[in-house]
Amino acid sequence: MMRKYLSFFRLRFSMGLQYRAAALAGVVTQFAWGFMEIMIFRAFYQAEPEAFPMSMSATASYIWLQQAFFAFFTAWMMDNEIFDSIVNGDIAYELCRPVNIYSMWFARNMANRMARAVLRCFPILAVAVFVPQPYGLGAPADGIHFLLFLFTMSMGLVMTVSFCMLIYVLAFFTISPQGLRVAFTSTVEFFAGAIVPLPFLPDGVRKVLEFLPFASMQNVPLRIYSGSMDGEAMGSAVFLQLFWVITITVMGRGLCRLAERQVTVQGG
Amino acid sequence: MITMEHVSKSYKIAKRKAGFGEACKALFHRQYEIVHALHDVSFTIEDGEMVGYIGPNGAGKSSTIKILSGILTPDEGTVLVDGRVPYKNRIQHVSQIGVVFGQRSQLWWDVPVIDSFELLKDIYQIPDMQYNQSLEELTELLDLQELVRSPARQLSLGQRMRCEIAASLLHRPKILFLDEPTIGLDAVSKLAVRDFILRQNKIHRTTVILTTHDMQDIQALAGRIILIGKGRILMDGSLEDIKKGNKDIDKTVAELYRSYDI
Repeated sequence: MMRKYLSFFRLRFSMGLQYRAAALAGVVTQFAWGFMEIMIFRAFYQAEPEAFPMSMSATASYIWLQQAFFAFFTAWMMDNEIFDSIVNGDIAYELCRPVNIYSMWFARNMANRMARAVLRCFPILAVAVFVPQPYGLGAPADGIHFLLFLFTMSMGLVMTVSFCMLIYVLAFFTISPQGLRVAFTSTVEFFAGAIVPLPFLPDGVRKVLEFLPFASMQNVPLRIYSGSMDGEAMGSAVFLQLFWVITITVMGRGLCRLAERQVTVQGG
Repeated sequence: MITMEHVSKSYKIAKRKAGFGEACKALFHRQYEIVHALHDVSFTIEDGEMVGYIGPNGAGKSSTIKILSGILTPDEGTVLVDGRVPYKNRIQHVSQIGVVFGQRSQLWWDVPVIDSFELLKDIYQIPDMQYNQSLEELTELLDLQELVRSPARQLSLGQRMRCEIAASLLHRPKILFLDEPTIGLDAVSKLAVRDFILRQNKIHRTTVILTTHDMQDIQALAGRIILIGKGRILMDGSLEDIKKGNKDIDKTVAELYRSYDI
C-alpha cells in the first residue's frame, strides 16, 4: 500500500532536483537574509548583552540553521499546483485514481520540501561554519542535543507539511483559497519564530506561543541544537511536538475525508 | 453493468447582478441559486456496450460521468457500477475503471510520459507482466514509440491525447469513460483515436461511455445514443432513431435540440 506513495515521492523528489537555477538564487537570498539578521542581532547584543535571552552564538546558530533548512519550516512555501487543481477542477483526475488524496499530497509536499532543502542546505552550512564566532554556525551543545535536533527537525518538517495540508483541504470548502492562505501564513510566520526567535518575545506571550502547534515547527529543533532549550523544557517540548504532529495530521485526514464527500469539482 | 435510477444532483451557485453596488451588497448578503444539473436520470448500460452520451453544453453530461466515476455524490437516487456504489468506496471503485477528460491532463507535465506510466503502474499496483503486455499493446496500437520518452509538456495535443488514453487503460479497466476525448484534435488524430476505441471495445469488450459534441464520433463509435438536456434524459436509442433518414447528422441533432428546446 505504501509503495504507490513512495514512488510518487520519488518522482516529485527527482523533479524537484531539476531546478538548479532556482536553488542558486535561493542560496544567495538565504545568505543575504542570514547576514542581515545577524547584523541586527549583533547591534542589539553590543548595546546590552545581559538583556539577551539567548547567547549571541546560539542566536547565530538558530539563524543559520533556519536559513539552511528554510524549505523545511516555511509555511508559506505551499504548492500552487494543488490550489490550482482544486480551483480549476483538475483534481477530478486525482480523484479518479485509487489513492488517498491526503497521503498523495502529503508525499508530494514532503518531496518538494526535501528536494529544495537538499539543494540549498549544504552551501549555506559549509559557509556558515567558517563565519567567525560568535556569528557563525556553532557546534551542537552535545551529542544528545544533536540527535534530538535531527529528530525534532524531521518532526518539524512533518508538522509544517501537516499544517499546509490543513489549508489545502480547507480550500475545498471555499471557491478561492487566497484569503485563507494569506491570513494563515502570515500568522504562522510570527507564531513559529520565523521572524524573531520566540525567547525574544515578552514572557507572557512567549509562554502561550510555545504551547501552540506553530512552535513545534522550527522553534523546538533550532533551540535544541544550540542548547538554548535544555533539560525538562526540552523533554516536554519534544512530547508537545509529537502531540501536535499527531493531532494536526488526524484533523487534516478527517477533514479531507469530509471534503471528498462534499466536494464540487469545478469546471466542465 | 451500469445502472442509474432516479438520480438527481444540484449545485448551489452564488449570484449577483452587475455593478459595484451589487458587489458591495453581496459582501454581506450572498444570494444563491440552485442549479439542477441532473433531474431524475435513469438508464442501464450492459457490459461491452458503447454508448454515446450527447447534449448541449451544460446539459449534465460531465456531472453524470463524475457521478459514475465516484467523484461526485448524487443528491438522490441509486447508482450501481458492476455492483459497486461509486461514491461509497471511491478507491476500490476507481481501480476498476478508466477515465479520460479531454480538457484536462493526467500526465505529469515535467517528466517523460513513460515516467507517468511507471508511476501509474505503482498506483494501480499492476503486476510487472501485465504492465509490460499492456504497455506493448498500447504502444503499438496508439503509435507511441517516439512519444513516451518526451516530457508531456512538449507533445502536441493529438500526441498527448493518445498518451492520455494509454495512461487510462494500463490497468485494463472493464469500463472506460471518455469525456470529450476528441476535443481540439486534427482529423488524423481523431481517426486514430476513434479506431483505437473501436478496437478496444471489440477485442477487450471494454464498456465505453463517451460524451462528445462531435457527431462524427458518435456516428463512428456509438451503437446507442443517450440524449440529455437540462438535466433530463430526452431520448435513448440508436443512431437511426435520431437520424430518421436525414443525411446530415449535425443538422439533425441541432433540430433535435431545438425541438426539445434545450
